[in-house]
Order: sequence, then structure tokens, then C-alpha cells
Amino acid sequence: MNADITQWDRFLASFFDLAVMQKYLPDIVDGFLLTCHLAILIVISGLVLGLILAVIRAYEFWLTSWLIVVFADVMRALPPLVFILLLYFGLPGVGLNLSGYAATYVTLTLVLAAFSEEIFRAGILATPKGQWEAARSTGLGFGQSLAYVIMPQAIRMTVPPLTNRTIAIAKNTALGTVVGVGEILNQATTGQSFSGNASPLVLGALAYLILFIPVVVFGRWVETRFAWRRT
Amino acid sequence: MEFILQNFFNWDIVTQAWPLLLRGFGMTLILMAAVIPVGCIGGLTVALLGQSRFRAVRWLTIIYVDFFRAFPPLVLLIFIYAGLPFAGIDLPAIVSVCLAFLLNSSAYYGEVFRAGIESVGTGQAEAARSTGLSGFQTTTYVVLPQAIRNVLPDLVSNTLEVAKLTSLASVVALPELLYSADMARSVTFNATPIVMAAVLYLVLLWPLVRLLSRIEHRSMGSR
Repeated sequence: MNADITQWDRFLASFFDLAVMQKYLPDIVDGFLLTCHLAILIVISGLVLGLILAVIRAYEFWLTSWLIVVFADVMRALPPLVFILLLYFGLPGVGLNLSGYAATYVTLTLVLAAFSEEIFRAGILATPKGQWEAARSTGLGFGQSLAYVIMPQAIRMTVPPLTNRTIAIAKNTALGTVVGVGEILNQATTGQSFSGNASPLVLGALAYLILFIPVVVFGRWVETRFAWRRT
Repeated sequence: MEFILQNFFNWDIVTQAWPLLLRGFGMTLILMAAVIPVGCIGGLTVALLGQSRFRAVRWLTIIYVDFFRAFPPLVLLIFIYAGLPFAGIDLPAIVSVCLAFLLNSSAYYGEVFRAGIESVGTGQAEAARSTGLSGFQTTTYVVLPQAIRNVLPDLVSNTLEVAKLTSLASVVALPELLYSADMARSVTFNATPIVMAAVLYLVLLWPLVRLLSRIEHRSMGSR
């Protein structure tokens, strides 16, 4: 009985040491803010770039379409960590020094752009042909039909897959820790190795839950809401 | 141009690093062969538990799924690899990786299978039961085959993600493809090994991406 208590105490002391937690809390908060703004930047630029690429591809000009397909395939097939390391360690060799932050930002933006381009593209293709014909026959140009008739419908169809993909890529900001970006995971592991205690890791895990549980629940809500509308 | 070739496509380094990378590639293949079935089976279990008659079990699976979907996989891996030793549980890197993948990908596969099972009308199960099939037979022979066909694009897409995620094992020093490439890079001070790893990943996963594009477009078009 006595031994049980000491073991439990030891468990608490390694994972929930309040003094250690208090000491590293400011670092974790810093990491939290950095994860937030990195994720927001990636989501905005990735989705905008993906939309632009999908629109360019809608014009069906063979060279641009071909380039976009190659880009989207490569970025979807490569593990993002490989690309981050390639940018971070490879570019200095050709005289371009990229910070870990920039390497993570560029990589995840391109990955999100590749996936969202494919999703937008699928939405455009799934819009019935009659919509195009009707839009064109009222005298709208190709670009106008795309912007005012097709895209609003296509984007609505793509909301659930896009939401899920965006959440998954936002979580990948944790990969930045490998190239020294001071986001949550990085702060947590640094704290853990300095203090020789797992409490900073627990704090980091809590920070991720606080950040992403609402996002995941929101994603679930979007999925059911839009699925309901489709039927 | 010369400069770029020297830094990214250095032939001397390719020949030197090749054996190391090939071994890493083998490890990556083993890892994929281990974690994809484990994740699939885990996910199927989660999805079936999600259909339970008991409300408490259904709620627990939702909590499980959302909890592990909220954790970035790398965080989960580091937590298991660096955190558990503090609780006196010292796992080898490969076991940590498999455990992290089981928890993470069973949540994702679980969601996919759940969507699939819910897409099969209840009339199917009722008809199957009324012909005298047991509950187990109904699930395996009637519901699941249709469920899997309905969510095939998501299943392939999730498998692609899991395959790519094996690169995270490099962070906990498991000598798979990316880890070997990064070792070679740090020894040669040259990015060529990472380019080689990228090429190997492309060779392996590009067909899957193509397949995915094909079935994805087909399924959206038929809607």
C-alpha cells in the first residue's frame, strides 16, 4: 500500500510538477502564440494560392495545366518533413538562407495549395455543365461565368473536404520543431530536457488540445451541416 | 547551374549514399507494412464500437477520435517516446512509432469507416438480418463491403497520409528513409541525399496520388 502511494507521488512529480509547470508556462504560451500565427498565415496563403491555381487550371491551357498537375502531384506525394529539410538544409548551399520558420511556412503553404487546388478543381468539375452554358448564354464571359456562377457553387461543395485538409495541415506546424521553430512542441521538448521532467510536455499537450479540440469539433459540425444540405 | 548540380544532384554523393538510403528505404517499407494494417484494423474497431447499442460506448469513441485527431501526430510520437520513460515505461523507437500510429491513424480511419457504415442504408442490415444472417455476418458480408466501396477515395487518401507520416519516425532516430538521408546530409554537408530521399518517396507514392485523383474525380462527378 505504502509503495503504491510513493509510486503515484513519483508519477505526479514527473508529469504534474506545479513548480516546473509554472516556470515553463510563459515559454509554452509563447509557443502557443507562434503556432497560432504560423497556422493562420499558412491557411490563408495556402487556400488563396490553391484557389488561384484552380482558376488558372479552369482555363485549360495545356502548359499551365500540366505545370499545375506536376506541382500538385509532387506536393501531395512528398512527406512535408522531407520538403522542409530540403529547403532548410539545401537552399543555403545555393546562397539562399531560409529560417526554420520560413521553411515551414513555405512548405506547408505549398502543400495546402496543392491539396486545395485539387479540391477546388473537383468542385468546379462537379458543377453541372448546364450552369456553364446558362451563364455563357446570358452574355457573361468565361471569367465572369467562373467568378459569379461556377465558383460560388463549387466552393460550397468543397467546404467539408477543405476544412478537414486545412485542419490536418495546420497541425503540421509541429514539424517546425525539427528545424528549430519555437512553436509549442519545441518549447515543450526544450523545457523537458532542461528540467529533466515531463511536466512541460504535459503542458504542451494541453496547449495543443486547447487549440485544436475546438477546431476538430468545428470541422465535425461543418461536415454534418454541409452533408445535410447536399441531400 | 553548376552550383545547383553540385549541391542538389551531386553524382559522387549519390553513389556514396546509395547503400545507406536503400537500407532506409527498406525500413520505410517495413514501417508502412506494419502501421497501415494496424491503423486500418484499429479504425475498423473504433468505427464498429461507434455503432454500439450503448450510448456510453458511442460517446467514448467520439471522445477518443476527437482527442487523437486534435493531437498533431508528431506531438503524440514525442510524448510517447520522450514522456513515457518518466513513467518508467521505456519503449524502443519502433514500438513508440507503432503505438503513436495506432492511436493517431485508428482515429482517422475510424472516421472514414464510420462515414462509410452510415452511408449504407439501415434497410440493408434489416434485410440481411431477416434472411437469417447473424449480426456479425450482416456486418462482414453486407454492410462493410458496401461501406468500404462508398468511402474508397477517403480510404486511399488516408492511407497516403499514413504512408507519408512514416517520415516522422526519423525524429525519434528510427533509421528509415528520411533519417538515413539526413544522416548522409550531415556527414557530406550536401543536400543531395535529401533529394534522393524525395525521389524515392515520389517513386513510391506518386502512383497512389494518381490513383487518388482518378477515383476522387469519379466520385464527385457521380454525385
